[in-house]
Amino acid sequence: MALYSEKVMDHFRNPRNVGIIEDADGVGEVGNAKCGDIMKIYLKIAGEKGSEVIEDVKFETFGCGSAIASSSMATELIAGKPLSEALELTNKAVTEALDGLPAHKLHCSVLAEEAIKAAVKDYYDKNGIAYDPEKFREGDEPHCCGT
Amino acid sequence: MIYADNAATTKVSKTALAAMLPCFEQVYGNPSSLYAFGQEAKELLEDARARIARCLNADPKEITFTSGGSEADNQALRTAAALGAKKGKKHIISTAFEHHAILHTLDALKKEGFEVTLLDVHENGLVTAQQVAEAIREDTALVTVMFANNEIGTIQPIAEIGAVCREKGVLFHTDAVQPAGHLPIDVRAQNIDMLSISGHKFHGPKGIGVLYAKKGIRLENLIYGGAQERNKRAGTENLPAIAGMAAALEESLAHLDETTAKLIRQRDMLIKGLSEISHSVLNGDAEHRLPSNVNFCFEAIEGESLLLLLDDKGICASSGSACTSGSLDPSHVLLAIGRPHEVAHGSLRLSLGEDITDDEVRYIIDAVKEVVDYLRNMSPVWRSLNEGRQQFVLP
Repeated sequence: MALYSEKVMDHFRNPRNVGIIEDADGVGEVGNAKCGDIMKIYLKIAGEKGSEVIEDVKFETFGCGSAIASSSMATELIAGKPLSEALELTNKAVTEALDGLPAHKLHCSVLAEEAIKAAVKDYYDKNGIAYDPEKFREGDEPHCCGT
Repeated sequence: MIYADNAATTKVSKTALAAMLPCFEQVYGNPSSLYAFGQEAKELLEDARARIARCLNADPKEITFTSGGSEADNQALRTAAALGAKKGKKHIISTAFEHHAILHTLDALKKEGFEVTLLDVHENGLVTAQQVAEAIREDTALVTVMFANNEIGTIQPIAEIGAVCREKGVLFHTDAVQPAGHLPIDVRAQNIDMLSISGHKFHGPKGIGVLYAKKGIRLENLIYGGAQERNKRAGTENLPAIAGMAAALEESLAHLDETTAKLIRQRDMLIKGLSEISHSVLNGDAEHRLPSNVNFCFEAIEGESLLLLLDDKGICASSGSACTSGSLDPSHVLLAIGRPHEVAHGSLRLSLGEDITDDEVRYIIDAVKEVVDYLRNMSPVWRSLNEGRQQFVLP
């Protein structure tokens, strides 16, 4: 049996939305090089305040196969979606969309969720938009290195 | 497929397989049975023991068959601990980058009241006999230093360390799983009291190993039961594997000089090629190094993704990243030679086999360069380093 599902390998081999957005409206970076994974998400936001849409999303990831695949899948899940929907993205949804991850790799999907939230939060902060801090709490799955 | 993970395991050689097959179908008797058919198996068993002893310059009585290197390491340490404890000696000296079969056994012994000193292996991955001499105390029961490291391939000054131990009257064990069949081993000339080897690292089968213990060392049992292996390792002998291991060891040593010359040339070709990758470093001393071993760290990438992409290109290799070890930390060996965590995650070990060609070596160099480049281009760490927001660790 292979280590990863076909879906994970597809997103790892052909990652969607790799790169940066020079004039991004929101940027989120999570993880730690010491732990072996860092994800950075760039968002381009369009539309009126309160009904924003994710016009473009890009990512950069330093990490293992599942970290790259999780970032790729997460960006695909939120591209073109209302910002409010992006905030609802859970690590579980990322994992399910990838047809599952090995148990010790679940933290990669958590990082993807957190990276997106961090980018949205950055957009809110930059634009002085009030938000519910509850929506930005940390995920339930443990990170690597136990940090 | 290019198999470049011979430090993990090797292909069983035709010679080894040919030695094994009769033990399954023809000489399948139990060596402990007294009828002639059983005694025929016993003869094969003792013949294999004598041949392995010859390969190590040991006496057949000093050879005990085990299930592999890990069991041999466990038994050697348990033996030395039991002997030491009887004399009130409960101090053991080892190194920070031993195989886990040693380190985890030492952890268990610590819980039983032993004190363990782990010697520094320096950035080049080498310990010195002087370090050992300085660490030996009145209550030192054992020195155990691996012959050659399994990840970075560095070869330790075993004969010198053995001489220091002899002089001070301390037992000396070495885990020789990696060098067996690849470097000359002479337990007498190298002053070795106990030594562990494993069949599958030199084209023998898996699940079989040897513990050499110098005459006079009374082994401590790990497995109790029948009277096999002079009462020191119960269980019906795995004759096919033992016969295969003996044949493989002899065969490897018969071609040692030519294989070594070829591998060193190809290893150094690989090292030269991979050194062209910027912000990379060879792990372990370039000279005192197993002929087959190449180990690099590449800054700003992670080892597992490197391995997966090399796999896509048909190359089997390994890494010391946390994601490939299944633990939370990267390789203890790379940390022991002073690589920071973030660099240790980006490591690659290639261990060459006898049948690799120069073209394949060139293909590996090109593939690694391409994959490292690709992964760096999607790494936020790489961007940050290049934009000067972070300092490079590797020059």
